[in-house]
Amino acid sequence: MAKVRIPTPLRKLTNNEELIEVNAGTVGAAITELQSRYPGIKERLVDDTGAIRRFVNVYVNEEDIRFLQNQETPLKNGDEISIIPAIAGG
Amino acid sequence: MKALKCRECGREYPLTATHVCEFDFGPLEVAYDYPKIKQSLTPEKIQSRPRTMWRYRELLPIATEPTVGCQVGFTPMVKADRLARRLGIRELWIKNDAVNYPTLSFKDRVVSVALSRARELGFTTVACASTGNLANSVAANAASVGLKSYVFIPADLEQGKIVNSLVYGANVIGIKGHYDEVNRLCAEIAGKFGWAFVNVNMRPYYAEGSKSMGFEIAEQLGWKLPQHTVVPMASGSLLTKIHKSFQEFAKLGLVEDTKYKVHGAQATGCSPISVAHKSGMDFFKPVKPDTIAKSLAIGTPADGFYALKVMKETSAAADDVSDDEIREGIRLLAESEGIFTETAGGVTVGVAKKLIASGKIPANDSAVLCITGNGLKTLDAVVGHVGKPREIRPSLREFEALLDAEMKLATV
Repeated sequence: MAKVRIPTPLRKLTNNEELIEVNAGTVGAAITELQSRYPGIKERLVDDTGAIRRFVNVYVNEEDIRFLQNQETPLKNGDEISIIPAIAGG
Repeated sequence: MKALKCRECGREYPLTATHVCEFDFGPLEVAYDYPKIKQSLTPEKIQSRPRTMWRYRELLPIATEPTVGCQVGFTPMVKADRLARRLGIRELWIKNDAVNYPTLSFKDRVVSVALSRARELGFTTVACASTGNLANSVAANAASVGLKSYVFIPADLEQGKIVNSLVYGANVIGIKGHYDEVNRLCAEIAGKFGWAFVNVNMRPYYAEGSKSMGFEIAEQLGWKLPQHTVVPMASGSLLTKIHKSFQEFAKLGLVEDTKYKVHGAQATGCSPISVAHKSGMDFFKPVKPDTIAKSLAIGTPADGFYALKVMKETSAAADDVSDDEIREGIRLLAESEGIFTETAGGVTVGVAKKLIASGKIPANDSAVLCITGNGLKTLDAVVGHVGKPREIRPSLREFEALLDAEMKLATV
């Protein structure tokens, strides 16, 4: 089981749950699993073409999934997924 | 200020400390009442005000009067004839934010806006994720009005930038990781504590401060838009805001709506935006930074998408330079204009040189280089590359011998 850390703007959809456990084997499957439990969450993360939205960054154990295998990135027991809006420089 | 508006879908939000659209995570931007501003804002009115960035007050996102950084901005615009000759261009200007007040970088512009707005919203603790300059500016400007501050930086920053935050009594947290990791952590921290994070939840206000650099360029050119502006890119935010400032001035009738290009400069060791632009893509691929230009070392640039859009819309170019070319750029500016800039400035000069050489900035045109930070903060990057003082005893004979030897060398 992996854990998904839900960012503040999405917690209205998860009844304010901050950490959600999923059984999925990949990041993409985890998003689908979240959608089945919290309808509406998928369209917030993924655009019409199925790609992760431009201003959403997804990390597995602190590594950006674009450096891993994007939505195909495998998940194992204890992994932690973070969903974070892109922010500015400094 | 009218509202905060999502740049992606246009949904509006109240003017609070929030930065992301709840629907699509798009960045929120401040919306203004331009028709109303147009009725009252004239060049004469602006010129009658003190020479600070706040002379463009109507176009900066605070509700009342500024209370932090009231002296920031209106930095020198230097006509750089000697550098122009060396780069082979008819006319060249240096917008010199290396001497911005009080912390010697353009970041004082964004911070004075963010902290003034944070106080309006009732915050007493301010914070930031920073590659160094922003940390310096938050620490100093917070100290000047008694705000508590937390600044988060990559632990391996230049010594000058670390000391320059500590001295103001800020809580400086060094993160063992690169800026993108600091950024991610801060996004998570910002959601947890009730602080004003200048580049997270205060970002819509903060980012608008950068426009003042563009307003000043246009005013200092005699109320004209420059043909070419070369801007260093980290997150890409400054480039998009310079573009916005030119558009706003044109829209308000303060300048003639002439054609301009805003070119982007990056270090080759962290060039996701310039690489994407050169290959004609409208999205970038994140990278792991490896460059001496640490203030530009953002591998996942949040405004990269919009920076690409601006360069495409203005038919501008982007390029990147190696560490050696960055040092050469620093020396070129220092030796020809007497201005010592940090590594980011070396990037800007180096890229300008390339763009002029390749004709992307035509030799007969006029260009402005945005110099955003001061060389005294990144001494580490040039130590060992600028020679060493020759040491002698306090004796006239020894000095004459030294001069003599050097003259002989020079004639060989």
